[in-house]
Order: sequence, then C-alpha cells, then structure tokens
Amino acid sequence: MVTWVFLAAAAVAVVFACLAVVVRNPILNVLSLVIVFFAMAAIFALLGMDFLAAIQVIVYSGAILVLFLFVVMLLNIPRLGRLGSGRPFQALLGSLLAAFLGGLLLAAAALLPAGLGAVLPGAAAGGTAVPIGRALISSHLFVFEFITLLLAAAIVGAVYLGERELQ
Amino acid sequence: MGTEVVVIALKLAFGLAVLLTTVPIMVWVERRGSALIQDRLGPNRVGPLGLLQPVVDVIKLVTKENFLPSRAQAPIYLLAPVFAIIIALSTFIAVPIGPDDGLTLFGRPVDGLLVAPHLDIGLLYIFAVASLGVYPLVLAGWASANKFSMHGGIRASAQAISYELAMTLAVVGVLMGAGSLRLDEIVLQQSGTWLGMLPRWNVVVQPLGALIFVVAVFAETNRLPFDLPEAEAELVAGYHTEYSSLSFAAFYMSEYIHMTVAAALATTLFFGGWTLPGIELPFGGWPQALLGMTVFGLKVALFLWFFVWVRWTLPRFRFDQLMALGWKVMLPLAVLNFLWVGVVLGLGLMEEGPW
Repeated sequence: MVTWVFLAAAAVAVVFACLAVVVRNPILNVLSLVIVFFAMAAIFALLGMDFLAAIQVIVYSGAILVLFLFVVMLLNIPRLGRLGSGRPFQALLGSLLAAFLGGLLLAAAALLPAGLGAVLPGAAAGGTAVPIGRALISSHLFVFEFITLLLAAAIVGAVYLGERELQ
Repeated sequence: MGTEVVVIALKLAFGLAVLLTTVPIMVWVERRGSALIQDRLGPNRVGPLGLLQPVVDVIKLVTKENFLPSRAQAPIYLLAPVFAIIIALSTFIAVPIGPDDGLTLFGRPVDGLLVAPHLDIGLLYIFAVASLGVYPLVLAGWASANKFSMHGGIRASAQAISYELAMTLAVVGVLMGAGSLRLDEIVLQQSGTWLGMLPRWNVVVQPLGALIFVVAVFAETNRLPFDLPEAEAELVAGYHTEYSSLSFAAFYMSEYIHMTVAAALATTLFFGGWTLPGIELPFGGWPQALLGMTVFGLKVALFLWFFVWVRWTLPRFRFDQLMALGWKVMLPLAVLNFLWVGVVLGLGLMEEGPW
C-alpha cells in the first residue's frame, strides 16, 4: 500500500517536474510546480515527516507559488517560443550534468542499507513538530538565529530597493 | 476492517451533510438578514418565511446554460470551481466538533468527532489547506480571459497573502498557550473557568489575537468589507464574472463553506470549541457528545450571524486601504499579541489568569 502510494506520488512529481520546464505557457508552468510540491509533501508524509509535509504545502504551494502566479500574471508574459535555447554547446553541457546527477542519485540509492524501513528513524509517535521545535531552540539555536538575521537583512534590502525605485 | 471503514465513511458523510446543509440555510439567513438590517421584507414568497427560496435558487442555477467564453483556457476554467469546492470542504475534517472519549459506533471506537481532530499537526493542516484557497480564485480570474476577472484574481492573491500573515501570527498565541498543534488539545485547554465565572477561553487572555483572527478571516473568505476580488461596483463580479450555472454555484457554495469553516475555527481557537464553562456533566458517552456538538453548533451559528451582520453594516474598503490595514496595522498588532502571550506565559500566569 505504502509502496503504491509512494510510486504514484513519485511518478506525479517526475511527470509534472518535466511539464514545469517543457510547457510553453508560464501560468501552466507555475501550476505544474504546485503539483510537484504537493507530490513532495505526500512523500514526506509517507516517510512519517508530518510537520515537513505541512510546512511544504504552507510555504511553497501556499505562499511562494501564489506570489509566482501573481508576478507572472502581472507581467502578462505572452506564450513563449518553441522549446530549446538554440545553443547546442550549453544543451550538451546541461545533458551531461543531468546524467551525472542522475548517476549520483542511483549510486546513493544502491548504497542504502537494505533493511531500511518506510518511515524515517526521526518520526516520533506524537508527530515531528515537537522534536523539530526543540531542536531549533536548543542544539541548532545559533543557526536558527543566524537565518533570522539573514532574513532581516534581505527584508531591509528589499525595502531599500523598493524605496529607490519610487523616488 | 469492514466496520472501521463504515465508521469513517459515516463520519465523512455526516461532515459533508452538515457543511452542505449550512449553505442553503446561510443563503436564506443572508437574504432575510440583509432585509432585516435594511428594513425590507426580503424573499417571502416561496414557502413559509421564504424558507424554500434557496431551493428555487438552485433550480434556477441548474437550468441555466453553462457558458464557456470563446477565449477561455478551457480545462482550467472548468476545473477552478471544482477545486474551490474541494479545498473548502477539506479544511473541516480536522476541526473537533464534540467530545469523543469512549464513544463507540457498531462496537468500534469512533476515534474523533468529526474525522481527524487528533491530527498531530492539526493547526498546520488547516493552514496548509486554507492557504490553497486562493488558487481557484486566481485561476478562475486568469482562465476567463476577461480583464475584470483577471483583476479580481490578482487582487485575491495579493489579499490572501497579506492577511494570511496576520492570521497565522494571531493563532501562534493560541498555539503557545495550548503547547500543542492538536485542535482537540487546544479545546480542552480552554475548558473550566477563572475566578469561578470567567471562561478559560483564549479570547479572555488574548482579545487582541481573537480580533485580528476574526478580521483576517473576513479577508480570507472574501466577505465584505474585504470582498475586493469580486467588488461589484468596480469589477462587474470579479473573478467569477464569466461563470454561470453550476460553475458559478460552486464558487458561491465554496464561499459559504469557507465562512462556516472560518466560524468553526474561530470558535475552536478562541471561544472554547464545544466546551461550556463551569458545567460538570453527570453523563458521558453519546449524550455528552451530542450536547457538545449542540454547543459547538450554537457558537458557530452566532459567528455566522456575525458574518452576515458585518457584511450588511460596513461599506467596502478601497484596495490600498485594505493593504495598508493588513500590513501596517494588523501585522504589528499580531506581533504585539504574540509578545503579550509570551509575557503571560513567561510569568507563569496562564494557570490563574493574567490578573
């Protein structure tokens, strides 16, 4: 059962990830990406990572991609031209890189221990929200605070850029 | 296995029935309520007090032609209202509508009223689904190939993102007080009284949070005074200008379902859910569950009436006013509420109240 759900979610993720690149309509690209993130959330949930699944949907599907859609609509991009960049050297380089990354992924999968269960070891009975929260404010406190500092800097930068454009 | 599936199916069917019955009732309440507030009679021809008016409305909608604009993006145009209904319906399953300890049905434990109140990430699940609610609106606006629709869709996305922040931050206070994301625990934490008379509801400790949540929910459900995505005076009918027949009905229904779910959430998070303060019940099991569900229903009904009342009392905002309110007033106030709950918790005052 779990295997079938996983295979379905994985297939959806791969197919729509391809569509997100291949389809020549920006809105449909964004929508494909929404579905990819959903499939990823389903896979997280299957792994017992309920918190991560919810956050995935809230942050990516619910906020970032709505913003993408908003921007794409505002810019009113016409239908894109046909597929392909017309640059054979870059296309070759890209294909080689993709093949290398795919091989790396397969090698990593082959190296996994055989008896690994379907649920990740960190998945707790009471959900993963509590352990993640505790980890963030104890062992990872410095990183956590540092990221908030980074975000604050990004916000200040965005405000500065916006202000300059107004004047 | 067999009876277990039956129990789950019954729970789902009950939830669906409750939500779908609320829609015609709310349509009637809205029309009669608006008439009451505007000193008119309202629909009073069909059935006693016009109670059958929603039935006639449905017949009218069903028999209309489902029109497809020639330049519309057909699949998305047709799917958007379906998504609207699905998303509106799926939020409700994590809301606890009654006490369920020791309840059995056909010899099986019921395990939660209604469907999944014991979800460990309950609150996050609701935010996750609610944050998707804007997609149908944006997609409908875009796929209609109509400038007014498009404008409505863009407004919907901007508005939803802006008010989601304030809403989420307001709920963080509740989360801190309960120390859990589980909605059933959030309800239980609010049972009992302070000083023998004040209910231990979150609204008593964090009135600011409750206010922000309710205001943000008006914006998230696109109700007046925040119904900018469909502002009739400016955008014909906004994102659903091009929709007719059952596609339009789907949007209309999803708005009322969103309203019901929002009322249920406000009740659960800030007004004690199905609990009544200061009353010790001498019985458990199904009588207790039914009483809890009745209390919950009454609180939700009060909220729904509040939605109608506000809609016919306040005028619509201008879009820049809406944005300014969301970012410059609601968000800072939500942070203030967050700090206040932190102080109350830090001084250990949550148990006996912040006085």
